[in-house]
Amino acid sequence: MIELPALGWQSIVIFVVFAVSLLIATYCTYAERVIAAFLQDRVGPDRAGPYGLAQPLADAVKMFTKEEFFPGGANKALFVFGPCLAMITALMSSAVIPFGNNISFGNNAFFLQGIEVNIGMLWVFGVVSLGVYGVMIGGWASNNKFSLLGAIRAASQNISYELAMGLSLIAVLMISGTLSLREITLQQSSEGAFVWQDIFNWNIMKQPLGFIIFLVCAFAETNRTPFDLPECETELVGGYHTEYSSMKLGLYLFSEYVNIFVVSAVMSVLYFGGFNFPFQYELRDWLASSQGWELASAQNLITALGTLLLFGKIFAFIFFFMWIRWTLPRFRYDQLMRLGWTILIPLAIFNILLTGGLITFGVIK
Amino acid sequence: MQPLTNRAKKLEKKPMTLAERAYLPAIFQGLSITMRHFFMKKATVRYPEEVRPFSPIFRGLHILKRDEQGRERCTACGLCAVACPAEAITMVAGERKKGEEGLYREEKYAISYEVNMLRCIFCGLCEEACPKAAVYLQADKMAPPRFERDEFIYGKDRLVEPVDPTKRSERGIQLTPEQAEALRNKMVQQPA
Repeated sequence: MIELPALGWQSIVIFVVFAVSLLIATYCTYAERVIAAFLQDRVGPDRAGPYGLAQPLADAVKMFTKEEFFPGGANKALFVFGPCLAMITALMSSAVIPFGNNISFGNNAFFLQGIEVNIGMLWVFGVVSLGVYGVMIGGWASNNKFSLLGAIRAASQNISYELAMGLSLIAVLMISGTLSLREITLQQSSEGAFVWQDIFNWNIMKQPLGFIIFLVCAFAETNRTPFDLPECETELVGGYHTEYSSMKLGLYLFSEYVNIFVVSAVMSVLYFGGFNFPFQYELRDWLASSQGWELASAQNLITALGTLLLFGKIFAFIFFFMWIRWTLPRFRYDQLMRLGWTILIPLAIFNILLTGGLITFGVIK
Repeated sequence: MQPLTNRAKKLEKKPMTLAERAYLPAIFQGLSITMRHFFMKKATVRYPEEVRPFSPIFRGLHILKRDEQGRERCTACGLCAVACPAEAITMVAGERKKGEEGLYREEKYAISYEVNMLRCIFCGLCEEACPKAAVYLQADKMAPPRFERDEFIYGKDRLVEPVDPTKRSERGIQLTPEQAEALRNKMVQQPA
């Protein structure tokens, strides 16, 4: 139906996605501080610019002008490579996320997506699991016991929770029958006959248990509280980035926020209908039939609205991540491992069996 | 043993129920608590723009008063310096020359009068010691933060109240309860 987008369009989309994820990560640092403050009855940074909105810029200037420090006995090449790898893997995974439906200029229709591939979900998982190498290399190259301990924790934690995450995802794939994130999104849309039909078509309705497992694993994968043991200040000084300063530390902190953004986007796409919203087709047809719009421009409007709403969903998830951070205390390491291996993985397997049964008996399709 | 209050909660050690082991109900409880705090009134006072309302009997920055004809009341008797437990006050006494009768109330006056605000504990004993009703602690001003130590030594240039009566501080003498109430209302409405 639609010609594969030209390389030029793809590069534009990828560049925009790159810029947007960096922008969001930048303002996540601000949002984190403001939300933390609000949850603790404070007001947070409000000095730099109106409402403190220039605070991320001030932080960046601070980061860039700090001393570039290499610990004695550190492997310099790996020490620099670690944060770079963390940042690269964090940024790469957003390439396959469908940020919107197709948008058309004249006769050309394009996807609002970096690359549309039929292994989209696999790509995200592959790249995200590479992310642990950034932490691991950084922790190892620092030549510091605390860094190494943090890195080892990060590695074992990520491996443990990736299993449960993958298993919970398999249940989604059983329903969708495809790995393409765009296809999964489109399957969640429907020309609804009644108000909430569209929302009933979202995967969260078919996979509530799977979503909870995925969510918990997402917290562990992004090293956020209550699973932030790799950078546990009370035990490990700063964890894997103890020895880092200047913008190398900035890259680590930044990649954490980019990861949160990507994971939020993946959750919105997989479970919350991505760029779909209720009444989208009705709105398009109404504009086209009784308002005299061209079908293409009506579709463009729907796409734009859908993209905005997808970002709304993503921001809601990012807020949830921060809300959790300032609510729950950190797990103990054995509790973390027990939760991952003895609770989440069996639950995920049970979820697969349950989904299989429901599909077999035709309850969900 | 007699309990001190009735609020003590007896704890029993028993195996957790399924709901407790699932963590999730407790997590939702915690989330609702933090969300309630999100919308609560914030405790922060944004200092330079907002100032906490002072108490009407607040003892702040010193002032050296003038009398009804605009003459300095202080006669440099030194009683305030003697009374000062922090030894924050120093002064040099001088004799009034001819033609200065409009400036100083009595024949003796303070050539210099310095209060070190870093030493001062704002106890108000100087105010009580003063026989001439010359030194007071203002209820609506305090010594602002500064970068240099010597800027905290306030001389007569910053202590003596202006000659122009309209520019003088509200706080002249000890406030009556009505005046205190009025001042409190004024400051609650528009913090200084």
